[in-house]
Amino acid sequence: MIAELGHFALVLALMTSLVQTVVPLVGAQAGWSDWMRVATPSASASFWLTALAFAALTYSFVVSDFSVELVAANSHSLKPMIYKVSGVWGNHEGSLLLWVLILTLFGALVAWLGTNLPDGLKARTLAVQGAVGVAFLLFMLLTSNPFSRLEIPPLDGNDLNPLLQDPGLAFHPPFLYLGYVGLSTAFSFAVAALIEGRVDAAWARWVRPWALSAWMFLTIGIALGSWWAYYELGWGGWWFWDPVENASFMPWLAAAALLHCAIVVEKRDTLKSWTILLAIVAFSLSLLGTFIVRSGLLTSVHAFASDPTRGVFILGILVVAVGGSLALFAWRAPAMAPGGVFGVVSRESALVMNNLLLTVSCGVVLLGTFMPIIREAWDGEIISVGPPFFNLVFTPFMVVLAIILPIGAMLPWKRGKLGRTALTLLPAAILAFSVLALVWAFQTQRSTLAPVGIALAVWLVVGSLWELAERAKLGRASAAESLRRLARLPRGDWGKAVAHAGLGVLFVGVAGIEGWKQEGIAAMAPGDVLQVGGYAYRFEGVENVRGPNYFAERGAFTALRGEREIGTLASEKRFYPVAQMPTTEAGIDSGLFRDLYVTLGDRQTDAGDVWAVRAYVKPFANWLWLGSGLMALGALFSLTDRRYRVGAVAGRKAAAPPSAVPAE
Amino acid sequence: MRGALLALALLAAGPASAVQPDEVLDDPALEARARTLSEEIRCLVCRNESIDESNAELARDLRLLVRERLTAGDTDDEVMDYLVDRYGEFVLLRPTFTAGNAVLWFGGPALLLMGLGASVMYIRRARPEAAARAAPLSEAEQARLDALLKDD
Repeated sequence: MIAELGHFALVLALMTSLVQTVVPLVGAQAGWSDWMRVATPSASASFWLTALAFAALTYSFVVSDFSVELVAANSHSLKPMIYKVSGVWGNHEGSLLLWVLILTLFGALVAWLGTNLPDGLKARTLAVQGAVGVAFLLFMLLTSNPFSRLEIPPLDGNDLNPLLQDPGLAFHPPFLYLGYVGLSTAFSFAVAALIEGRVDAAWARWVRPWALSAWMFLTIGIALGSWWAYYELGWGGWWFWDPVENASFMPWLAAAALLHCAIVVEKRDTLKSWTILLAIVAFSLSLLGTFIVRSGLLTSVHAFASDPTRGVFILGILVVAVGGSLALFAWRAPAMAPGGVFGVVSRESALVMNNLLLTVSCGVVLLGTFMPIIREAWDGEIISVGPPFFNLVFTPFMVVLAIILPIGAMLPWKRGKLGRTALTLLPAAILAFSVLALVWAFQTQRSTLAPVGIALAVWLVVGSLWELAERAKLGRASAAESLRRLARLPRGDWGKAVAHAGLGVLFVGVAGIEGWKQEGIAAMAPGDVLQVGGYAYRFEGVENVRGPNYFAERGAFTALRGEREIGTLASEKRFYPVAQMPTTEAGIDSGLFRDLYVTLGDRQTDAGDVWAVRAYVKPFANWLWLGSGLMALGALFSLTDRRYRVGAVAGRKAAAPPSAVPAE
Repeated sequence: MRGALLALALLAAGPASAVQPDEVLDDPALEARARTLSEEIRCLVCRNESIDESNAELARDLRLLVRERLTAGDTDDEVMDYLVDRYGEFVLLRPTFTAGNAVLWFGGPALLLMGLGASVMYIRRARPEAAARAAPLSEAEQARLDALLKDD
């Protein structure tokens, strides 16, 4: 009964989304304000109906209603409650429902918060958002109905894939979808602006929060996925350049570019067509990601639902959305008036470089991800493109980006002097070079990457904070005056500094873990000691333990530094009997400067109580997640900047219409 | 009973995980080379995993093969060539630097150059001086145009 209610609500949501697409769009084209006003109630209705469907599915999972096919296939009565709930989106159909839920939520948010949006823009934006919803609701109802019943319900379910029964992965998909779908809102605004043929600073002020929040959620989602891979897959890798990872990384890069160039539109009324194009590209990459994950086109570790009909359907959505919006762009973009002027050395130019580096590096990832398919279609040659390729071609872009970032971020708008800004940052540069020399001289391993990465990190962190110090006249004014100035800085400036410093912190993590990781492998009996990079691991033995829905062999280890015991680690080999799958749980002793990481391997069959053990020292591993967290926090600061608050736009508009002024 | 079944299942399901202690070579230099090579070699039956990190039987066979070749005195390049001869280019996680992969290798730099060209053009056009030149008509031009029109 509940499941049928959910199904019914979903069909109704399709109807209201259709209304949301057609009526406001026709109204906006014909200039009928009552038709345009239909946008808001229909967007609300679409959201509440989808929420009802989602609640119905969640209910079915929570009460373990195994007559629902999806629940039977992905849940189990013994599973902990949190994984019963996360099981809702741990599969193709349910994750699609979550996707549509977020899509309609964002549509409804635009409707509710956008009281000061121009009527035409609001109607068209919601119509485009509604059209995306129609496509996905149709997809779900026609090919992937989450509410299908089973004629003969099983006694118990098949259990969720054990790899997904983990706190890190339980919340990885919702954040990723918040990111992907946030980009759909930027896309809707972009297409609406193209239909209207007008882009101004007010438009940018509406689009930027969506790009920013989408990017923030993508950052959190990707970081959660990476953290999960680090502790769950058993060898402490954190990024694999897997097609599905790339599928989330490409929209992230595009969104990063988008949120930077939207600043230029907002502040200087220029780069407008490019911003629109980026909004389209960013969402297209999100759709492409959905397509990759669900079509089975690219084989990957975590592709679910490899079903050709579904793939073809999503490909259809992709072609219509991307083709249609790009055609619209080609037709309407030339009509956009170019805006404000700026000098060659200026913040504007620096942001153009930022966009160039981010989009080209995104293009490189795209090329590498799809080249195996292209090559196979082209001349039948089957090739692999893996981490060695991506590391080689992607890293240079990030190095250049890091070098120009602090300078570009400090250049004034309109026209700057490169020499003057460079001179301001000279202390940061000197510090970075000193760190480079020091680290180079004192590192025990021969790594080129690590010292360079650490030096760039110093440059990024100090350079970003330096700007705040400059703005506060730190050292040049009294301490009280500096503090007051710091406190009065807009949140956006804080966000910028924190996010840029976060990138630096992330660089430390990458440099440390990639450049200096150490590894030891041994067959160990209880009491044996394994030396790895200045630390020692003493194997204490294995005991059998039992979890709620798994059995495990737990190996205990004591970590030693010299003679001193610094911690105990436990690594488990779990076996989930229902899903017939083994998993590993690494034993990790986390620290600010290094992680000690150990995994228990197989019992060596020929030698009694002897086990394969793999132990690592991973320097600065936590800086990866710390840096990602800081970047997301920076985005959050910027989001709370008062210029994005509801009403702030209208107030300012009344005071002084935002218009571009010539530089001189 | 259940425990016995479980033990059986554990035995059956127990995967060989990544590099095993018995595979490790005694010579640390040789072993280090083997590890570096392993990261570049694809486990052919896996999805985008190198043999260094894969749990599959085939990956183990390949790891042992690499070590066998290295012990026999092959250079790194010879080991890779040997593998490509046997399994095709598919086995390489970093595609060869050959004509067929030109788009892959030069696509990024080409994109960068094109983008750089476009950006430079855009920035130059946005300069105040350039913008002034492109402006419709200056006062003097307007006066001259008016004079010409009056002549007619």
